[in-house]
Amino acid sequence: MNKYPQWLNALVLVILMAGCLLALPNIYGSVDAVQIADNDGGAYDQAQLEEYVRVVEGAGVSPEAAYLHDGRVVMRFTSSEDQSTAGERLREQYIREANVALTLTPKLPDWVRGFGLSPMSLGLDLRGGVYVLLEVDMNTAIDSRMALYEQDFDDRLRDARIRHRVDLDNQLITIRLTGSEDMEAARSIVERADPDVVVADGADGKSLTVRMSETQIQERQNFAIEQNLTTLRNRVNQLGVAEPLVQRQGVDRIVVQLPGVQDPNQLDKILTATATLEFRMVDQSGDEPGSRRYTGRGDELPQVLKRQVIASGDQIIDAKAGFSEGQPAVFITLDSAGGERMLQTTMNNLNKPMSSVFIESRRETFTRNGVEEQRTIKIEEIINTATIRGVFKNSFQITGLTPLEARDLALLLRAGALAAPVYKIDDRTIGPSLGQDNIDRGFNAIRIGFLAVVLFMVIYYRAFGLIADVALFSNLIFIVAMLSFLQASLTLPGIAGIVLTVGMAVDANVLIFERIREEVTAGTAPQHAINSGYEKALSSIVDANITTLIAAIVLFGLGTGPIKGFAITLMLGIITSMFTAIVGTRAIVNLAFGGRKLSSLPI
Amino acid sequence: MKLINKTNIDFLGPKRRKIALAVSAVLVIVSLASLATRGLEFGIDFTGGILLEVGYPQAANLDQIRNNLGAAGFTDAQVQKFGSDTDVLVRLPPQPNKNATEVRQQLQETLQAGGETIDLRRVENVSAQVGTELAERGALAMVVALMLIFVYVMIRFQWKFSAGAVAALAHDAIVTVGFFSIFGLPFDLTVVAALLAVIGYSLNDTVVAFDRIRENFFALRGVSAEEAMNVSINEMLARTLITGLTTLLVLGALLTLGGESIAPFSIALIVGIIIGTYSSIYTASATALALDVNAQDLIEPIKDPSLIDDLP
Repeated sequence: MNKYPQWLNALVLVILMAGCLLALPNIYGSVDAVQIADNDGGAYDQAQLEEYVRVVEGAGVSPEAAYLHDGRVVMRFTSSEDQSTAGERLREQYIREANVALTLTPKLPDWVRGFGLSPMSLGLDLRGGVYVLLEVDMNTAIDSRMALYEQDFDDRLRDARIRHRVDLDNQLITIRLTGSEDMEAARSIVERADPDVVVADGADGKSLTVRMSETQIQERQNFAIEQNLTTLRNRVNQLGVAEPLVQRQGVDRIVVQLPGVQDPNQLDKILTATATLEFRMVDQSGDEPGSRRYTGRGDELPQVLKRQVIASGDQIIDAKAGFSEGQPAVFITLDSAGGERMLQTTMNNLNKPMSSVFIESRRETFTRNGVEEQRTIKIEEIINTATIRGVFKNSFQITGLTPLEARDLALLLRAGALAAPVYKIDDRTIGPSLGQDNIDRGFNAIRIGFLAVVLFMVIYYRAFGLIADVALFSNLIFIVAMLSFLQASLTLPGIAGIVLTVGMAVDANVLIFERIREEVTAGTAPQHAINSGYEKALSSIVDANITTLIAAIVLFGLGTGPIKGFAITLMLGIITSMFTAIVGTRAIVNLAFGGRKLSSLPI
Repeated sequence: MKLINKTNIDFLGPKRRKIALAVSAVLVIVSLASLATRGLEFGIDFTGGILLEVGYPQAANLDQIRNNLGAAGFTDAQVQKFGSDTDVLVRLPPQPNKNATEVRQQLQETLQAGGETIDLRRVENVSAQVGTELAERGALAMVVALMLIFVYVMIRFQWKFSAGAVAALAHDAIVTVGFFSIFGLPFDLTVVAALLAVIGYSLNDTVVAFDRIRENFFALRGVSAEEAMNVSINEMLARTLITGLTTLLVLGALLTLGGESIAPFSIALIVGIIIGTYSSIYTASATALALDVNAQDLIEPIKDPSLIDDLP
């Protein structure tokens, strides 16, 4: 009686060894490293790895180890001086195509890395860093698309020689005609321009209203989010942060997590900035249709500018900050379409003035009828106006900014514009000292809590208590193993979940052992007592764990941030503890006591 | 070793039940009254606002800091020590008409006004909108968890047990939240997580007791429901107390060693587990008894009447 078949013992052993293997990467410390990731998200190969190593060796330092990890190049160094020398050298050469970050990396032996294993990833509250939640202003995304429609309809109706006036208000375009006779023609022009828009006849019989269909609005919103994600990734890549995370959350939000970043102030500007440029000709007559007056920034004079945009921020493929004749300047490179337009414009407008307009959105809070509301205001300012002295196309420069503005604008133009403005609604920064404190305190709590429970169990249940302790320890290994395997971030609440699991995981064994004691008291023979103790306690254990699991799953599903971290470790702990406390302890009990003649039980 | 030998305490006698009912009623009423009058010390997670945790090189002078902040226009700033003498927590309500980044920079400068170099340990900047959302989601999580648990216990046992279990859980949650209200402890997102863990734990206790009650309903024939339940609770007493003890051991470690930011979480769990242990002994079973639970409730009704004809 009380013998597990050999295969079951072997299975328990195999599972335990798998757990140990998965948890193994966590025992090695960290070491200084440089991480290089492709800006376009591509994976590096061996040849590129060797190229990077050559570059670093050219700077007089040699990495202790260099390898590919998830398509990124990782180089480990024995000193932080070597690390920064290598980082600087690489950044100098590869700033355009790669994100070079100084970081810490686990010091895994080759054979452990060979299994594709890595240690638990630590959450921002443990490693320090910045978390930002951004909201995308969808109204502005729709507005800007509607403005393009407005201009398009206007152009097409003029080309068709239909007298009209186009207005855009509250995401609705109204086309007013002089009489009802042009209605059909106007409608077909609009529908030809875009068959998906919703066109309706106005009440007065001589106007049309046009708005975007629901599908179009949704497409536009998705486009805005996707475009913003790309832009934000590009911007974040310029910061040299290892393993940055830029992720969509829900319908209109974006989460940015930057481990190791300590100054949130600099970051705000780079994440939420919408600054971009537009180039327009000055309307010297001042009365061309569509022309409008723009204010100048600082001492710059206001101008009336033409409606047509020669080139705008999204056609800029490169931008560098520097100085031109002692003035801060941004050197701009346009794409081929923008370059072509610029060439045509400068050829046709020699000796006429052209303006660079700096555009930025800001969100403003105001109170209407006692309710706080927010609106986006668009600031458009001329930063310089210059007379076209010669023909140019792709490359030129603009001035009129402070050195800091020039640097930020160049970065933003390089990374691409946001399709819609974003606003920060939540940000949290954890300094590195607090992160380390949290790790130390959390692990200390686990250690002491674990020791207390282990001691209690041995004193209270003697040999059986010791067996429960072995199970408890393997349970910890399994939790660490699963966290490492799933690469779920371990947070401080996550550590609290592990601590709680340590206290609660012995419950299954308490149930079993109390049951065995009851049986022994009732005069049952030891072997039978063991067997029925395990059997009878099973349904209680399962019920009790499933109910806790329900609470944990709800927490995981509905929880955010810290709650999720707690829910993950609690769920893992419940599941692994069922295995270790029931199957694990039974295996040991069977090995120790099974099939023998016993007069009493050490319980 | 044995802490508890076989006991035969009359937990569920009519008199005891009345006392327990009175105690629970008082606890719940006091909690609700405090919640209604004093409310909760909601953390920045729920209210929105700006929070800075800074470390000073030596013990910080709170009055000085308050004066500096007041002079800089932050008259509504809360300043308190956090965990140690050198750690200071500064909290501001949401500043709707100001740029959050500028406010934060200004705060930082003000805190360093004395010329000290401070260690910026933590900055949180939550908009009121996100705060409201987090609060709503937390409340939703509680309600959903209670509903799912009700359904699970109903499937595994019967609705009278379900009602007993959920009554016990609601009791635990209300008293734990009431404790936070009465003592003015900070109520943040981690406390919501702790409450759900308390619900899970307390339920764990209750379900284990119910399991034994079900077993004894059949094992002990000719015995009243009250007596069968009482025997069950006595039989499970050692287990209930030992598991409570081991859990409190680790939570004690977490409270003393885990640091200030996890302390509200630990306190919520400690209070919740003590209350939960009491309620799984009294509230849950007493509620089921009040609903006149008996062995019949647990016998599966025969669904297909044609089967009866086949019986001899």
